Amino acid sequence: MPRDSLIPFDNISNEDELTSPHRGRERSQRGEKRDGVYEKKKKKKVTSRRRERSGVDEGGVQLEHERRDKEKRKRKRNTVQARGEGEENHKEREDERKSRKTAKLGKSLRNENSQKIQKEGEEEGEENQEEETEKKPKRKKKHGHSKKEEAEDEGKYELKEETQEVEKKNTKTVAETGLEQESSEDTEEVHEEDKVDQEDHENQVRPCSLSPEELEKLKEAVEERKKLIQSLRGKPWSMKKKLLTLRESQEFVEKYEGALGKAKGRKLYAYKVIMTKKWMKFQRDFENFKTACIPWEMKIKEIESHFGSSVASYFIFLRWMYGINMILFGLTFGLVMVPEALMGKPYGSIPRKTVPRSEEASAMNFAVLWDCGGYAQYSVLFYGYYNDQRAIGWLKFRMPLSYFLVGVGTVAYSYMVVIRTMARNANESGVGDDNSFNFSWKMFTSWDYLIGNPETADNKFASITTSFKEAILEEQENRKDDNIHLTRFLRVLANFLVLCCLAGSGYLIYFVVRRSQKFALDGLENHTWWERNEVNMVMSLLGMFCPMLFDVISTLENYHPRVALQWQLGRIFALFLGNLYTFIIALMDEINVKREEEKIIKFNITMWESNLYNGTGSENGTTVSPIIIQPADVPRGPCWETMVGQEFVRLIISDTMTTYITLLIGDFIRAVLVRFLNYCWCWDLEAGFPSYSEFDVSGNVLGLIFNQGMIWMGAFYAPCLPALNVLRLHVSMYLQCWAVMCCNVPQERVFKASRSNNFYMAMLLVILFLSTLPAIYTIVTIPPSFDCGPFSGKKRMFDVIQETLESDFPSWFSKVFIYASNPGLVLPFILLMVLAIYYLQSTSKSYKEANVELKKKLQTQNEENKKKNKQAALKAQLDLEEAQKVASQAPKPRYKSEKFCYNSLSVTEKCQQTKT
Amino acid sequence: MGNKQTIFTTQQLDAYQDCTYFTRKEILRLFYRYRDLAPQLVPLDYTSHPDVKLPYELIGSMPELKDNPFRQRIAEVFSEDGEGNMTLDDFLDMFSVLSEMAPRDLKAYYAFKIYDFNNDDFICKSDLEKTLNKLTRNELTEDEVRMVCEKVIDEADLDNDGRLSLEDFQHMIVRAPDFLSTFHIRI
Repeated sequence: MPRDSLIPFDNISNEDELTSPHRGRERSQRGEKRDGVYEKKKKKKVTSRRRERSGVDEGGVQLEHERRDKEKRKRKRNTVQARGEGEENHKEREDERKSRKTAKLGKSLRNENSQKIQKEGEEEGEENQEEETEKKPKRKKKHGHSKKEEAEDEGKYELKEETQEVEKKNTKTVAETGLEQESSEDTEEVHEEDKVDQEDHENQVRPCSLSPEELEKLKEAVEERKKLIQSLRGKPWSMKKKLLTLRESQEFVEKYEGALGKAKGRKLYAYKVIMTKKWMKFQRDFENFKTACIPWEMKIKEIESHFGSSVASYFIFLRWMYGINMILFGLTFGLVMVPEALMGKPYGSIPRKTVPRSEEASAMNFAVLWDCGGYAQYSVLFYGYYNDQRAIGWLKFRMPLSYFLVGVGTVAYSYMVVIRTMARNANESGVGDDNSFNFSWKMFTSWDYLIGNPETADNKFASITTSFKEAILEEQENRKDDNIHLTRFLRVLANFLVLCCLAGSGYLIYFVVRRSQKFALDGLENHTWWERNEVNMVMSLLGMFCPMLFDVISTLENYHPRVALQWQLGRIFALFLGNLYTFIIALMDEINVKREEEKIIKFNITMWESNLYNGTGSENGTTVSPIIIQPADVPRGPCWETMVGQEFVRLIISDTMTTYITLLIGDFIRAVLVRFLNYCWCWDLEAGFPSYSEFDVSGNVLGLIFNQGMIWMGAFYAPCLPALNVLRLHVSMYLQCWAVMCCNVPQERVFKASRSNNFYMAMLLVILFLSTLPAIYTIVTIPPSFDCGPFSGKKRMFDVIQETLESDFPSWFSKVFIYASNPGLVLPFILLMVLAIYYLQSTSKSYKEANVELKKKLQTQNEENKKKNKQAALKAQLDLEEAQKVASQAPKPRYKSEKFCYNSLSVTEKCQQTKT
Repeated sequence: MGNKQTIFTTQQLDAYQDCTYFTRKEILRLFYRYRDLAPQLVPLDYTSHPDVKLPYELIGSMPELKDNPFRQRIAEVFSEDGEGNMTLDDFLDMFSVLSEMAPRDLKAYYAFKIYDFNNDDFICKSDLEKTLNKLTRNELTEDEVRMVCEKVIDEADLDNDGRLSLEDFQHMIVRAPDFLSTFHIRI
């Protein structure tokens, strides 16, 4: 029977209860602990069951002598009854009657069991027989009492019947559900013997199936249990209680879930149940799998326990970045690099895919490759290699379109992820901005439970103590600066110095880039290594030393450490940004130079071609054979896109190198020196001046953010950048984990991680925006090179969209698109968006105001409540005193006061109780 | 896989997963952590629910708890006997509540219990003083301690009974920006 196979658990549990009433009773004992409502139900069940049994029992005795089909029906009822009793008699277990019942139960059971044994042989035979032998003597003894008992039960039942009709219905439900289950089981048993009979029997059972309301009730109960199971882990109970509740509710659900499907949709329901179960299991497995897939969990945990949550937050951020870069890498690799490498024309087939003759000799040199020249330049790694063929390979893969869309897609995806993460962070940190619980928060949330290292713990203790002292000082008097003018002057001076630094570094970079262009024009071979790598080195060195300078300058300002940190971060941010933008402006200059160059070369090429044509034409005379020119010999333009890509790759590589080298020198060598020179030095190196370095969370995060900005900027022109970045992040994860564990000491000033999280995210967003700006600018305004890259020959890069629209989509589509993109439609649309933004902003503002208002209201209400409670407490006390005088009326006033309290606030109830 | 099966039955593992915020792997890892504390006491077979308790001295010596000023309270709150001796169930329970996945309300409830040193369901002044002294290693003067405690009660006590009830505590802690990030132990 398909139905049976769908509800296997029902059968199993029933079988259990059938074969061993003891077990059933055990279960019912456990059931006692269930909620009261359910218990009540059960009581009623017992009473109704008794009546049923009165009829059935006789049948049980005569069982062997009756016709087969009748026998079967009755047996079913018996089993139901047996089940019911096994479950429900827990209340009067001590009673004598109870023992009689069980005896009877065993007897009726025996009938079935003996049959089963005869029919099916072994299976559960042993167990049943054991029970049987136990029950046999009892049964014989008690048989005489059965009639008396029946009468008793009848009377009882009639008494209760009228008052408890509703509950009775419930019990019926259960009985019948049980019946149905039995029926399905039974039919399975005998279905070889007589199918007609079985159908007959089913028809008999069906009519007395559940009414819809009862079904609903049961369904609700089951749903409730399910919900309970779901939310169990969030309950503040001890594990024992949780396990117990879990087991009970699971049993409940299992027992009645199958019974629920009595009505028409039974099969569907059973199917649904099974599927939800499977789905849950799958979800759980998937969850397990997912957590197993998160890398570096243990590493981060270790760092967390050594350095607290703030250092760990950097590594979590790093991991998050890694994830994003993995996806960016997957996009570019899967949709751009691999298709071009597999399906595009092979290397050497056309000029843009070949190393030119002049460079061929040095193309494989490591220095050249390291500089992204030679074979590296003419490979899928850079923009210039890609062909402008519209569709490539047997897949007819639209290469230029894919290139463009991936470029746009990576940026769009990054925006989406960053903004979504920001929103989630904002949700989590939520309303934490008001200062009304300053001391309480300090008291209850300042200890970082993650800390598992004595040194960190010491630092934490110290920082907590100082923070408390500071707060106390602030509380006692809002600190007055004794020399306001001096500090003001110093702060202005500091900012001036910082501005000078920024301007100087900007100029230096501009100068260096221009100089490098001059060198490039001269030819790189004539220059030293330093002159060739000047730009990157200068940028990296500036990034390394300027922050230190800022740190020194910021000591002038005498800010609170947290404010000082923010200033410091802001300045480093400005420095990096300034450097990056000067670099870009210099690049723009270079692009313009290259484009001039390109014009000349374009002209030269036409000349060259015509020369070639004329020359060959004159040689060959009449027969014009196809001229074969090696693609390496064809003159070509300077391809500014590849140049930009190369610059970015070089920048990333040198940046990575400096990071690693600083790590090694600044942290490792320093740590080694401090550790070993300490034995023979005149002062204590470990405690004194050089000491071990701290892990600089903010600096590292900033470095990471800027690195990412460069990736976003350059990824369009060098598809290999995300791959490079993935590699870099992977290595730095291990390297930094090692470095931090081996040569850093925990921070002395521990800042809170959670609040700065969104600060970093905001910086990332700003960087993302600023880095997409120049990329978009170049894509939109500068025409692509004429002889390299997927967009060669087009006027603008985004023309590829229009081309696709025209040739790949039906004509009406492009028409619609053209209509949609005309200014008459776009302008109103933009207007609409602006309006929407304005509207949303104003609503959010008003919400914020409402929030503030509500907060105020809450506060005043709290104060009012405080007053009220005071009064109430006083009143209650008075009442109580009065009440104590009049001893007989003692409970009354107390009740009054309690009621009053209940009206005002439930909290006060407790206080009064304790007062009394 | 083989030895996994012998420690817990699948049902047990499922039940534990229903009752805690852990995955199967984490539960097993926690079990091994638990067992490593006293390999001679803890059997490798938990299918028959052996009654094993580890004394507080062992629990408190875990690196995760060792440096925590509230370790004794944590152990007491989560142990069934209230004295810090933990069964495996208590152990799992503890780290489940302290895990990252546990919701704020649950954490707040247990945090309240932890800071309620005398188990009277209120955080009163003596509890606050104890907390503060543990946090600062007795480095604040008496006056300072008194002042801070007064401030705390002044801020968070809504019903003005001079001590913090669970409601007061939850009301206060729900707004705390750092509570979730600091009140968890990764294991």
